[in-house]
Amino acid sequence: MISKLVIKNLCFSYNGTQVLHDFFMAIGDGQIVSIVGPNGSGKSTLIKCIDRILVPSSGGITVDRCDVLKMDRKALARKIAYVPQNSLRLFPNTVFDVVLMGRRPYLAWKGGKKDEEKVWEVLYLLGIEALALVPFTELSGGQQQKVLIARALAQETGLILLDEPTSNLDIWHQIDVMEILRTLVRKQRLTAIIAIHDLNMAARYSDRVMMMKRGKIVAKGLPCDVMTGENLETVYGIKANIRFSDDIPFVIPLARIPDKN
Amino acid sequence: MPSYRNIKRSRTGKMVQIQEAHSHAVWKKVLFLTGLTGLLIFATAVIITLGQVPMSVPDVYRTLVNRLVPGLFSINDLIDHVIWHIRFPLIVGALIAGFGLGICGCVMQAVLKNPMASPFTLGISSGAHFGISIAAVLGITILDGPYFLVANAFLCALLCSGFIIALSALKGASSETLILAGIAVNYLFQAANQFLSYIADDEQRTVMSSWGMGSLSDLNWHSIWFMGGIALICIPVLCSKTWDLNLMTVGDESAKSMGVDANFIRILVMVVSSLLVAAIVAFIGVIGFVGLVAPHIGRMILGNDHKYLIPASGGIGGALLLIANAVSMNLLGSVVLPTGIIMSILGVPLFMYLILKGKRREFWS
Repeated sequence: MISKLVIKNLCFSYNGTQVLHDFFMAIGDGQIVSIVGPNGSGKSTLIKCIDRILVPSSGGITVDRCDVLKMDRKALARKIAYVPQNSLRLFPNTVFDVVLMGRRPYLAWKGGKKDEEKVWEVLYLLGIEALALVPFTELSGGQQQKVLIARALAQETGLILLDEPTSNLDIWHQIDVMEILRTLVRKQRLTAIIAIHDLNMAARYSDRVMMMKRGKIVAKGLPCDVMTGENLETVYGIKANIRFSDDIPFVIPLARIPDKN
Repeated sequence: MPSYRNIKRSRTGKMVQIQEAHSHAVWKKVLFLTGLTGLLIFATAVIITLGQVPMSVPDVYRTLVNRLVPGLFSINDLIDHVIWHIRFPLIVGALIAGFGLGICGCVMQAVLKNPMASPFTLGISSGAHFGISIAAVLGITILDGPYFLVANAFLCALLCSGFIIALSALKGASSETLILAGIAVNYLFQAANQFLSYIADDEQRTVMSSWGMGSLSDLNWHSIWFMGGIALICIPVLCSKTWDLNLMTVGDESAKSMGVDANFIRILVMVVSSLLVAAIVAFIGVIGFVGLVAPHIGRMILGNDHKYLIPASGGIGGALLLIANAVSMNLLGSVVLPTGIIMSILGVPLFMYLILKGKRREFWS
């Protein structure tokens, strides 16, 4: 297997608290990989370390065998795109301008016709070209998420990181976003790493699932191997039934296990 | 049931429509900037003919042309002096100062991610005021000669903002630390100013308070060369960062993920714009409203693309200051009112009107 992303011995502490400790991970090309785990397990921190939004205290990260920690920020932005959970919405940027921002890593000073064409292309691809002149601030949650994905696509990277892309969305938009991601990964040879809370969405749309607890991977592999009653008990502290539909596991939560600590 | 091909074709049709709408929007922005330039030229042409010394409008323009082509007309020396050494520096100074304050407000709002930020958020005005106070009250001056007040104001303003920037750089240079440190240091210098004003005599207090109101009447060609020189260094630096500034407005994390070193850009922009603001404030005093309001007016009209917003903020700032200054010079005959006061009296209603009438009234929600 060709590894798209390799993480070795990664450590990260936040204000003295160690969030990630001696973290190892390898991810193959052309997959959707979901990272699941309870609040505070380090999912978002891991995503941000991979894109060097947070700087790890030690360890190594390579993408396409290039060292992420030593790369120039612009070069890194041509390798990895990041879709935040939500975007700061203070100033009235139009959708077109927001997506055009994704072209930043390719520009010296000013944008050209080619960059604008790329923006129209990704807007068309995601079916949101009609929103191009609407201020981002006025969009619904689902539309905003799509615009942020479009911006990541405009970056033309092989790897896209998404931080809880479905958290604020209704069920229709959750499925919409996940379907879009699956289509993109299949058609454009992308790799997507998704930090996600919804276990059923993760199981349904992922090629691989990694389950984290307190900064460590507890289980990884195919969704059906990871989503087991036993794992949910140790990681989340809940009792759950696992049912299968078309070989895809789905989780029916039953009860929490009283806190042992 | 339309075929796939038809759907595709109708979508392509819509695509062409929306692309046309987009280029139309871009064209409107360019048109606005052209109009603004026209307004500035027109205002300059009118304001140069206004003043207390009686002269005819053709006289004014003959005098100006004569400066370009000497000996073309026979010129009255008094008129020449009034136009070239009083009115013209005032107009050019107002334009440079307004332009600089507008641009600095615009870029500071972007990197601090705060629509309430203005060139004075980081305590530049109270720092400069402190410089004036220690010169007026304690007699501590850095330079001798006619510019001792200006030099004090300039250096103290730089010291004050430099201290804040250095402090926040140590703590990771987030916009929150910058703003909080700025507010804290502002209070400190205000307290120092109040103390000095408390122990000052009436004459010293007059110097302090008249500077605080802001006035352009002391501008001459020397101060314009200094202000203009610094503006010529600083403004191109800020303009070269338009893309990064756009990205900064969506948040540090996103900016970093798209290849912008957010903390570095924030420090760079703050250092460069503080330098420019200090140079302007040292000569004209505190006229803070321009820097807050010009970028907002620009944003209401043009949106948030800094490629257009920076020149628009500058142009609007220049126009506001130019007009406010002309009113303050000519409203009450021979009595010159402080420009800062007129600025607020004229500018606040205009700003209120735009907030209430603006299409994008919720843009800071």
